Amino acid sequence: MLPGTRACSGCGLSLAYRHILKALGEKTILTIPASCLTVLHGLYPSTSVGLTNINTAFATTAASATGIAAGLKALGKTDYTVVGIAGDGGTFDIGIQALSAAAERNTDFLYICYDNEGYMNTGTQRSSATPMGAFTTTTPGTKFEHKKDILAIMEAHGIPYMASASPAYPLDLYDKVVKAKNINGTRFMHINIPCSPGWGFPTDDLVELGKLAVDTAMWVLLEIENGVLRLTGRSRSMARSGKKKPVSQYLKLQGRFKHVTPEQIDYLQGWIDKRWQRFLQRHELSEET
Amino acid sequence: MGAKLCRVQVIAAYPITPQSKIPETLVKYVDSGELEAEFIRVESEHSALTVCISASTVGARVFTATAANGLAYMHEQLHWAAGARLPIVMALANRGLGAPWTIFNDMQDSISQRDTGWMQVYCRDNQEIMDSMIMAYKICEQLHVPMMVCFDGFVLSHTVMPVEIPDQKQVDAFLPPYVPHLQVDGPEPININPVMLAGPRANAQGVFCPSYMGFRMRLQEALESAGDVILEVGREFGEVFGRSYECLLWQYRTEGADTILLTMGSLANEASLAADALREKGCKAGVVSLRIFRPFPAEPLRQALSGAKHVVIFDKNISYGNEGATCTETKAALFEGGLQPTITNFIVGLGGKNIVATDLEAATEEALKRRVQINGPQWIGVAV
Ligand SMILES: Cc1ncc(C[n+]2csc(CCOP(=O)(O)OP(=O)(O)O)c2C)c(N)n1
Ligand code: SF4
Repeated sequence: MLPGTRACSGCGLSLAYRHILKALGEKTILTIPASCLTVLHGLYPSTSVGLTNINTAFATTAASATGIAAGLKALGKTDYTVVGIAGDGGTFDIGIQALSAAAERNTDFLYICYDNEGYMNTGTQRSSATPMGAFTTTTPGTKFEHKKDILAIMEAHGIPYMASASPAYPLDLYDKVVKAKNINGTRFMHINIPCSPGWGFPTDDLVELGKLAVDTAMWVLLEIENGVLRLTGRSRSMARSGKKKPVSQYLKLQGRFKHVTPEQIDYLQGWIDKRWQRFLQRHELSEET
Repeated sequence: MGAKLCRVQVIAAYPITPQSKIPETLVKYVDSGELEAEFIRVESEHSALTVCISASTVGARVFTATAANGLAYMHEQLHWAAGARLPIVMALANRGLGAPWTIFNDMQDSISQRDTGWMQVYCRDNQEIMDSMIMAYKICEQLHVPMMVCFDGFVLSHTVMPVEIPDQKQVDAFLPPYVPHLQVDGPEPININPVMLAGPRANAQGVFCPSYMGFRMRLQEALESAGDVILEVGREFGEVFGRSYECLLWQYRTEGADTILLTMGSLANEASLAADALREKGCKAGVVSLRIFRPFPAEPLRQALSGAKHVVIFDKNISYGNEGATCTETKAALFEGGLQPTITNFIVGLGGKNIVATDLEAATEEALKRRVQINGPQWIGVAV
């Protein structure tokens, strides 16, 4: 990735993308749908990304990756990693049909969802990945529904590898991309992307927020391989120490949660705690085996 | 079968009546090893065409087939395929669109997609479908424009006709392997189909590159030049296989005809019978049948209609609030040539409504009786 992309300054996606592309290496063909990432890639005839990319329509990331993989296979070009990268809107919402189908066929590609928890490219509308309590331009009061559990959905497809990661923990992220790259079949990665204009925080707080998301277990670093869930990195040490920060610390740094009521915070905290418990149980099981 | 002869490398299709037989047949060829191709069992037509688009982008020869609502579901990607300048060939079993549901034939599906930048060829019989498939790849790969090979659902898709199967070696010689115009695995990385602005912008070397509109203009230019390519490929096909397609429209007994029945697809066969019957009654009737609808063959059509006093146009489609599509387009072509025959437009055969030669004959006689321009389309076969 070259300097001078068209993403906002202090963009969590730029940070994550730098590590992702490094981990992927040259023998990679990307495909991306309409999103902030399209903008980051630049305007014709220049691009800030040094890998070949096939832009594709909003709903089609996984189908496009399927086509690339099939085309390369038919032509005997088997040494490429095919990678589809889409936002949460392109994954949780409009692209989920094609993604589910590709995963069901266990198509040989890596799917990366970068999750900035809203339709940011079109001006911060809600997606089904927007957390409960957040302000967006289409939830001007608050969002009442919890974030869709995309990991559970993808896990139900029985794919060989899944992981979630954060650019605030770049080594963990890098290692997971390298690992995913070397596995056959459909691999799914879910990456937390703090977004300053969409979430309402000063760009300086980018890494701080990424870390707080993990420290509060709003975001959990994990891997699921052949049905076995393991916490990794910071989430793993949290499991060991038993320490987890209250979600209010994370919420108060962001404009989008300015209007949440104490009841909503409790409700969200309850949701996080339950989910965290489930992850802990599964993690402990994996440690025993 | 045609796709197999063309050695397609990636096939993606989703079942819809009356197209389902096509992918079912192809998957057997792939599974038995008779055809070396990747067959992708997608979950929708939107994905079927997307798979074709991306596989074609990396350099594979691709094929899909659909009908009716499946084609409508592809709409976004039809534009994408043409905009991306990919030589995709699609078999389209023409079928009426819901609501209400019909599984039977009309041309509303493909006519509704006429502005997507795809070429459209309409076949009269099963031999033409097979031949058009083979020619389609050659035409598309020369122009970098996709093509729909359209044929009447059930009327042709589910009828058995003797078809001469071209020899594989001859097809291979006629249609060499596809050489893509983009190199995705070349030395330089490329960002394919990125965001564009309305005006030209300079690249890193300071050279100005085309704008969005510049690319649109190039697609139009490609379609404007497509007629010549279609003729040339049709001529070459005739030389190799003995059946020439050096024409953009078919003519039957048009010599000295003052009344022309204008049709597309398999209806041409019924129209020819109607013309014979009319001739016997002393009416100088002939038939013009559009083989190619996009690019629209305006010039050949003007020539074919130059001696006509009456043109009777049968459309298996309608542009609601106006008239049948071939009627509108024919009028526009005639206007440019300063020709002013009376024109009567009949809407026929929607949702598989049976339409035979005697219907066409009676309709033509009725049009001739009035001998004046009738405004607005007339409907045949609607009792209630
Ligand atoms: C079919 C279709 N509908 C809507 C759009 C408009 N659109 C472009 S990007 C986008 C939102 C993208 O959101 P997400 O996938 O979360 O990525 P982000 O912009 O947040 O990076 C939308 C709605 C489109 N391009 N295509
Ligand atoms: S809107 Fe957010 S995710 Fe998109 S480019 Fe800007 S900072 Fe990055």
